[in-house]
This record gives sequence, C-alpha cells and structure tokens, in this order.
Amino acid sequence: MKKFIQRIPDALQRVLLLFIAVIGIAFLVRSLLPAEMKDAGIQMANTIELEMARPAKYAGSDACTDCHEEAKLKKAGYHKNLSCETCHGAAKDHADNPTESKPRLPRMREFCSGCHIYNPSRPSGFPQINTAAHNPLKACVECHNPHDPRPSTVPQECSACHAEIAHTKALSPHVQLECTACHAVPREHKLSPRVVRAAIPSDRFFCGKCHAKGAGSKDAPKVEMLTHGEKYLCWQCHYPHMPEVQ
Amino acid sequence: MERRRFLSKFISIAASGTVLSGFFKRTFARSSDYDPKNHYYGMGIQIDKCIGCGKCVEACKEENEVPKEPFFFRTWIERYVIKKDGDVFVQNIDPRIELSKEVFSESEILRSFFVPKLCNQCDNPPCVQVCPVGSTFKTEDGVILVDDNRCIGCRYCIQACPYGARYLHPEKETADKCTFCYHRITKGLLPACVEVCPTQARIFGDVRSNASPLGRFKRMNKLHVLKPSLNTEPKVSYSGLDGEVR
Repeated sequence: MKKFIQRIPDALQRVLLLFIAVIGIAFLVRSLLPAEMKDAGIQMANTIELEMARPAKYAGSDACTDCHEEAKLKKAGYHKNLSCETCHGAAKDHADNPTESKPRLPRMREFCSGCHIYNPSRPSGFPQINTAAHNPLKACVECHNPHDPRPSTVPQECSACHAEIAHTKALSPHVQLECTACHAVPREHKLSPRVVRAAIPSDRFFCGKCHAKGAGSKDAPKVEMLTHGEKYLCWQCHYPHMPEVQ
Repeated sequence: MERRRFLSKFISIAASGTVLSGFFKRTFARSSDYDPKNHYYGMGIQIDKCIGCGKCVEACKEENEVPKEPFFFRTWIERYVIKKDGDVFVQNIDPRIELSKEVFSESEILRSFFVPKLCNQCDNPPCVQVCPVGSTFKTEDGVILVDDNRCIGCRYCIQACPYGARYLHPEKETADKCTFCYHRITKGLLPACVEVCPTQARIFGDVRSNASPLGRFKRMNKLHVLKPSLNTEPKVSYSGLDGEVR
C-alpha cells in the first residue's frame, strides 16, 4: 500500500488530496445547510404556512348575526345580499373584542353616493341618483334606512309640503281643481323645491278662462273682464286658494 | 485534540438540529386540518353586475396591507368607455374621486362598463416559469403564491404576467400579488373582495364543484377568460365580457 502511494507522482498526490478535501468540505457544507435550503417542497410548505397564518381583518357576515338582531332584519330589503362589512368596514377586531373596538358607522352622503351616484358606466337597473338634485346637503339616512332602503318616497300630493294651502283650498269653491290646473309644476320641483319653483299664472286672462262672460264653465261666477277692476290682477283682491266675492 | 472533539460535536449537533427542525416544520405544516387536495379554487366575475364602487379594492388593500397609493393593487377596477367614434378609453378608477367628475359627455358614449381585475391564478402561469430563484409557485389548491423570503425583487414575473396582476411591494421590495386571500379561504372564509362586493359581481368557489354558487355561475352564463390565446388557462372567468376588454 505504501509502495503504491509512493509510485503515484508527488504532484498527483497533492491533486488527489485536494480533490478529497473539496468533496469532504462540500459534504460538510451540505450537511450544515438547513433542510429548507435543499428541498423546494419544504420551502413551499413554509410559504403556505406563513400565508395561512396571516390574520384576517374581515370577520365575514356570519360573525355578525350571532349578536346583532338588526343583521337579521337586513335579510329582507334591497340590501339583503350586502355583507355587513361592505358598509361597516373590516370588523374582525370588533368580533373578537366587541366592547373595545367599534366598526365604522358611515353616515355621510359621500359614502352612500360611492355606490349610488349616477354614472353612465353603471348597469342601468341599479338605483342611482343625481346628488346635486337629490335633496342636497341632507344625510341619506334621514329618509332611507340603510338596513332596509326603500325607493325614495317623494310626495305624490302637494299637500305633503303645502299642507296649509291644501287645507284652505279644501274648504273653497276651488276644491275640485288640481293644483296643476293653475301651477305648472316641473318634475324637478319635487326633488329640489327651493331651486326649481312651481309656476304661477302670469295675467288676469288666465282666470278669465273660467270667469269671463261667455266662458265655458257653467257654475263659475262670471265677470265682465274689460270693466271689472281692469288695472289689477285678479289675485290682488281674490285669494285664489279661497276665492270669495268681495 | 480537545478542540477537534469540540468542533466535531458542535458540527454534528448543529447539522442534526437543522435537519430535525426542518422535519418538524414539515410535519407541522401538514398536520393542520385543511387539506389542499380537496380544493381547486377559481372565481367568476359578472361584468353586468359591477357598479364600479371600488369596495373590493378598498377591502383588498385593508385585508392584505397593500400600500394605499393608487399604483399598487392586488385587485383593481377598469372603466371602459367606448365612444361613438370608435375610440376606447380605459381608466383604472379611483371611485371616490373620478366617478363624481365625469369627463365624457353622455351623448358621445356608445357603451360603457366596469371590469374588475385580479390575478387570474393561471393553470399555466408564465410568472412561475420565469422566476430565476423559484420563489413563486402554484399550490396544490391552484393558487399562485410568492415566497417573500426568497424573492430577490428582480421583477421578471411582473414583466411576464400578461394581465399586469403583479407589482413590486415598495416596503418589502418583493413581488406581490393576489393570493385569493389564501389565509381566509383556508379557514373557510371568502376572499375580502368577494365578501364586500355589494352586488355579488364576484363569485368565489371550487372550480370542480357543481353544487356551489360558482358551479351555478358556470352553468348559467356564457363565459370567457382574458387573453385565451396565450394559453395561460386562467381560473378567473368572466360573463358578459366585451370584445374590447384586454
């Protein structure tokens, strides 16, 4: 054996030694390396584990119904399919710790209009409003219950706002006349009554359509338009909602 | 002699320690009661239902700690406006700002709609193919994940993704992307975007399951995927997808 080694040239001996040393160090390093640096499967498993361990911030809608009765109420209305957290925000903290952490309570117009402002890209059946015309500056929650929103209940009758006039007119000879017989009411007046006004008749011949001599309506009192108070407008003497002969 | 013994002992203990810790990590990861083999996740998106409110974007950023600046998204919404003269405009919307100030006059719009986008979790993912360090991979349940510890931030995957679904996280300096909220779905919760969508435009579930909302979505709609010619085989399918959507 000794002879055999001696027969190997000196240079080759050194090369062989070096070779063995390199292989040995390589094995040593490999055994020192942590397993996850050698096996892609472990790396993936670790990533998956890290990813799964991340905390959720949205609790999910089932978490709300355990405590909140009103969440069950929401099961019927137009918002029945909305998750509570769509409006109230991430509420895992609140579900874990109900007294200390409270979810948000959005009451600003801007929040509702995030979904309900008119936009031509939105699907046409979706309820949308023109925020400038739709009761400006009024909070949505004053008229609409966000847990059971109903389509707007715009007053169908003028009496909803003009109750005093309606009561007066109900006792007058004009009771049979619709408000719109004398007032042209643009549709926008119902949405923003102070910006868009209902029209009033402009001259005395408007009243003359019924009250002039020879006019069509039988039971309306008749006057001679040319001589009866010709320089005044009719409503300067007769209050149209309760016209009495003076 | 003393030193050699110390060194050899130290090395053997260190080596066995790392091997053992790797072994424990692996067994621990597999011992949770979630079995990825039983799942294969996908998403359905109904274009006709999206109102572009951006609740999904907001919830995603909250849930996944995506930077709030409007350049970083795991999911985002594109607004398509196709004008009567044939021009197509695509905006990545910030719903709180841009929907209120409309830039198009309604008479020039031919049609318009919103398209929610996210990682398509491709069955044949180009991002996984190009990663030089193997830090992004497909899990058994079909989700593409990124290993933050090994990602070197070279941006190859960001370039390779034909859907623009990846971005470089400015703090972590690693590639970041939608994980279908992996930490939620493995606990039986819905992804945050699906949880908060007020119109159920997004449907999440198992692509192999028939008796599920996603199964019904796939039966009842004519489906399409984004860029089918690239053979990426996306697991996010769209109903009502317009030909102009890229």
